[in-house]
Amino acid sequence: MSYCRQEGKDRIIFVTKEDHETPSNAELIAEDPDDPYEEQGLILPNGDINWNCPCLGGMASGPCGSQFKEAFSCFHYSKEEVKGSECIDNFRNMQECMQRYPELYPQEEEKESSPQADSDSGSASAAPPESSTLTPETDSTPGPDNTLPTDNQTVS
Amino acid sequence: MLKCRTVWRKLAPLARASSTVCRQNVRRTGLTHGRLPAQVPAAHMSTGPTGGGRENQLYFLLVGVTCVGAGVYAYRTVKGDQLRYQDRIDEISSRQEKFNTENSDTPSESEPVLAAESVEATETQVVPKPEPQAEPVPESEAEPSPEPQAEPLPEEPSPPVPDAEVEAPSETTEPPLAEEPVVEAPPEEPAEPHAVPVVEEEPLPPSEPSPIELTESPPPPEPHVESDPPAEAAAESPAAEPPEPEPQPELVSESVGESTPVSLKVPSHTPYLLIGGGTASFAAARSIRARDPDAKVLIVTDEPDLPYMRPPLSKELWFSDDPSVTETLRFKQWNGKERSIYFQPASFYINPEELEGAENGGVAVLTGRKVVHMDVRGNKVKLDDDTEISYDKCLIATGGVPRNLQVMERAGEEVMKRTTLFRKVDDFKSLDKVSRNIKSITIIGGGFLGSELACALGRRSNDSGLEVIQMYPEKGNMGKVLPEYLSNWTTEKVKREGVKIISEALVKSVTCKDDKVEILLKDGRLVKTDHIVAAVGLEPNVDLAKSAGLEVDSDFGGFRVNAELQARSNIWVAGDAACFYDIRLGRRRVEHHDHAVVSGRLAGENMTGANKPYWHQSMFWSDLGPDVGYEAIGIVDSSLPTVGVFAKATSKDTPRAATEKSGTGIRSESETEDTATSPVASSTPAPSVEQHRDDYGKGVIFYLRDKVVVGIILWNVFNRMPIARKIIKDGEEHADLNEVAKLFNIHED
Repeated sequence: MSYCRQEGKDRIIFVTKEDHETPSNAELIAEDPDDPYEEQGLILPNGDINWNCPCLGGMASGPCGSQFKEAFSCFHYSKEEVKGSECIDNFRNMQECMQRYPELYPQEEEKESSPQADSDSGSASAAPPESSTLTPETDSTPGPDNTLPTDNQTVS
Repeated sequence: MLKCRTVWRKLAPLARASSTVCRQNVRRTGLTHGRLPAQVPAAHMSTGPTGGGRENQLYFLLVGVTCVGAGVYAYRTVKGDQLRYQDRIDEISSRQEKFNTENSDTPSESEPVLAAESVEATETQVVPKPEPQAEPVPESEAEPSPEPQAEPLPEEPSPPVPDAEVEAPSETTEPPLAEEPVVEAPPEEPAEPHAVPVVEEEPLPPSEPSPIELTESPPPPEPHVESDPPAEAAAESPAAEPPEPEPQPELVSESVGESTPVSLKVPSHTPYLLIGGGTASFAAARSIRARDPDAKVLIVTDEPDLPYMRPPLSKELWFSDDPSVTETLRFKQWNGKERSIYFQPASFYINPEELEGAENGGVAVLTGRKVVHMDVRGNKVKLDDDTEISYDKCLIATGGVPRNLQVMERAGEEVMKRTTLFRKVDDFKSLDKVSRNIKSITIIGGGFLGSELACALGRRSNDSGLEVIQMYPEKGNMGKVLPEYLSNWTTEKVKREGVKIISEALVKSVTCKDDKVEILLKDGRLVKTDHIVAAVGLEPNVDLAKSAGLEVDSDFGGFRVNAELQARSNIWVAGDAACFYDIRLGRRRVEHHDHAVVSGRLAGENMTGANKPYWHQSMFWSDLGPDVGYEAIGIVDSSLPTVGVFAKATSKDTPRAATEKSGTGIRSESETEDTATSPVASSTPAPSVEQHRDDYGKGVIFYLRDKVVVGIILWNVFNRMPIARKIIKDGEEHADLNEVAKLFNIHED
C-alpha cells in the first residue's frame, strides 16, 4: 500500500511495486523527429552524417578527423553491392593517419576500421566499436551530454 | 463603454462624411453633426482634383528639390567616406612603417603594404559593419564587403602583390605587427572575405588552388574559411616551409614561408579563439572541428594543463588504489576500465606555432597565458605578456575561481597557508599530499564539492586515522539542493563515511595558534584542525567583461548571454561563466560538468553557424560514497516545493551496481557515448552492500514551480535520464505526479 505524507512544502509518497504496475496515464507530448533544436543522432533527418554526434567521440575532430570523415562519408553514401568497397583508399588513408598517433588510436583497433558491408545503422556501429573502445583513452565527454540511442528507445 | 459610445457617436458621422466625400465628391445631407458642412470643403481641398494645379506643381517641385538634395548629400558622404578611409589607411601604414623600422629586424617594403592591405581588408569589413552580427549575417555581410573591397583591392594588389612575390624569398623577418587585426598575406587577402567573388579577382591563380577548393566547399562558406587559403597557400607556395615560431605566422609564413628570429610561439591570428581551457572550451573545440572540416582552433588557458575533466578530482581519483595517481591522474572506473582525466592526450593537439600552417587545421592549446584585455571592435585580445591575438570567432569559457570566506581572507598568511581552495589539478595534488601528513582536516561547505571531498577524505580516514570534519551553515548536507528529509538522510550517510559533521555552523573567525588552525563559530564552538578546505562556491570569472564591454548578470553572476549563448557578435560564452537564457526554465547559470559539455558543444555549433538555442537539458550527478548516488536535471533548488516518490531499495540499486550492469565506465557514460560494446555480462553482484532498510532507498523527486516540473532528481535510480529530460522539456502541468513517477519504473533495475 502506498502512503503519502507531507513535510512542510515537500510531499513524500511511498509506493509499492503493485502500485506502479498499472500503466501510467501521464501524457507526454509527441516528439518531432525533425525538430532542428533537438540533439540529432548520427544520421541527420536529411540523410547526412552528424559529425558532431557524441557517439563518434573524437573521431571527427582529432588529427585524423578529415581522413575519418572522408572514409566514413564514402562508406555512408556508397551504393555498391558490397557497401564501401570503393572506399578502400580512404580507409587506408585513415588507417595510415591513425598509425601516426598510436596514443590516440590504439593499434589493435585498426582491424575494426575496415569497411563493413552493413546498412547505415551498421555503419553507425562500425564507428562506435572503434570509438567506444577508444573511449577510455581518447574520448572525453564523460558527462551525459547526449542520449541519442537511449533517447529514442526509452522515450518514444 | 459609455464613453466609447459617445465618442463613436461623435466621430462616426465625421468618418462617414469624409469617406463619402472622398468617394463621390458630393455634398452631404441628413448628417447629425452641425459642423459637417464646414468640413466638407476642407476635405475637398485636401483630396480633390480641384485642389489646384498650382499647389500641386509647387508640391512636386519641393519634393523634387529635396530628393536631389538628398542624393547629392549621400553621394558626397560616400565619396568622403572613401577618402577618409584612404587617409586612415595611409595613416596606419605610416604607423606600421615606423613600428617596423623600430623593430630593427629586416623590415621589408612590402610589409607595410601587406599590412596596409590586410588592414584594409579588415577595415572594409569592420567599417561598414561596426558590429558584425551572428552567423547568418557574416555570410551576407561578407558578400557586400568584398564588393567595396574588390574595387580598391585590384588596384592596389596588382603592384604590391608582385612585389610581395618577388620579395618573398628575400624576406627574412616579420616583426610583430601588433595592430594587425586580420593578419593575412595579400595573396590570401582577396580570398579572405569570400571565396566566390574573390576567385575572379585573384591575381595569383597558380598559387591559390585553395580558393577553388573553397568555392567547392559547401555553402555557406563561413568567415573562418578565410584562414584556409592561407593554410593551403602555405603548403603550396614555393618558398613555404613550416612557419617557425613567430608572432605573425600566417601573414608572412603563408605567402612567404620564412623564419622569424623572435619566437613567441603565439599565432597572431586565429579563426577560432577559445579563452579558457576547461570542459566547455574543449567541447566547443571538438564541435567546431567536427562541423568545420579544417578548422583551426586556439585555446588559451592560464592553467598549465591541457583540458581535463574536474569531477574525478573530487571523486574517483581519491578512490584510486594507485599510489602514483597524483602523477598519472588516471583512475579506474567501477568496471575496471582506466582512463585519464585529460580529455585527450597531448598528441591530439598541435603546437600553437604550427596552427597556422596546419593543412587540416587542428586544436592548439596555449597554456600558462591569461587573456587580460579584449577589444571587441577590433576582434582581438591581449595576453598577459602583451601579445595580441586576433580572431574571427571567440568563445569565453573562463569558468570561475573558488570563493573564499571573508573571515578566511582576513585571517592572515598563516591561515592561508593551511587553506585549500579546491578546483584545479594542482589543488588536488597538494591536498592529497597534505592529507597524508596531517591529523585533522576541516571542510567548510556542505554542497556538492564539500560533501564529495568529505566522503572521499572520510574514506581515507579509515586507513590513516585522519580526522575529517565538515561544517556548513545549513542543516544537512546538500541542504540547498535536497528537500530537508533527504538532506538529513544524506547527512547520516556522510557521517557513516567517517566524517564529523558540524551543521548550522557559521564561521566567525579563524586564527592560527601553535601550528593549528582554530575556527571559532558564531555559536561559540571552537574547532581545532590542521588544514582547511574551503568549498563555498564558485565566483564566475568575468574579468574580461570590463574591457570587452560585456554585460554581467547581477542576479546570477557571469556573462549575460542570450539563448544561443551569444554575448555580442562573434563572442560566445559557455560553461560556468555563462548566464544564459534557457527557453524552458528561464535565465540561469549552471555550474556542472555536463552543462559545460552541452553548452560548450552548443557554442561551438553556433560559432560554426548553427544558431541553435539552449535546448538539450544538461544533467548532473553526485555520488556520496558507494551507496548514495543520484542524477538530477533542471532546477533543483530545495526552496521549491517537491514531491518525492520512493520505493524500497535493494542491494542492486547502488551506483556501483549500475555501472557494472551497464558495462560502462562512469555511470554517466552509459548515457552519453554510444558505447556499442554489450554490457559486461559477467558482472559480479555488488559485494555485500548493506541492504537499505531506510525509507529513501530509491525514487524520484520532482521540483515544482507553479505546478510545472522544473527539476527532477533520480535517487539511486539510473539510466532513466531521457525520461526526466522529456518531462522537463514538455513543461506540462501534471495533476498526479505519482502517475508521472510510474514512467520511471523505479522498482525495476
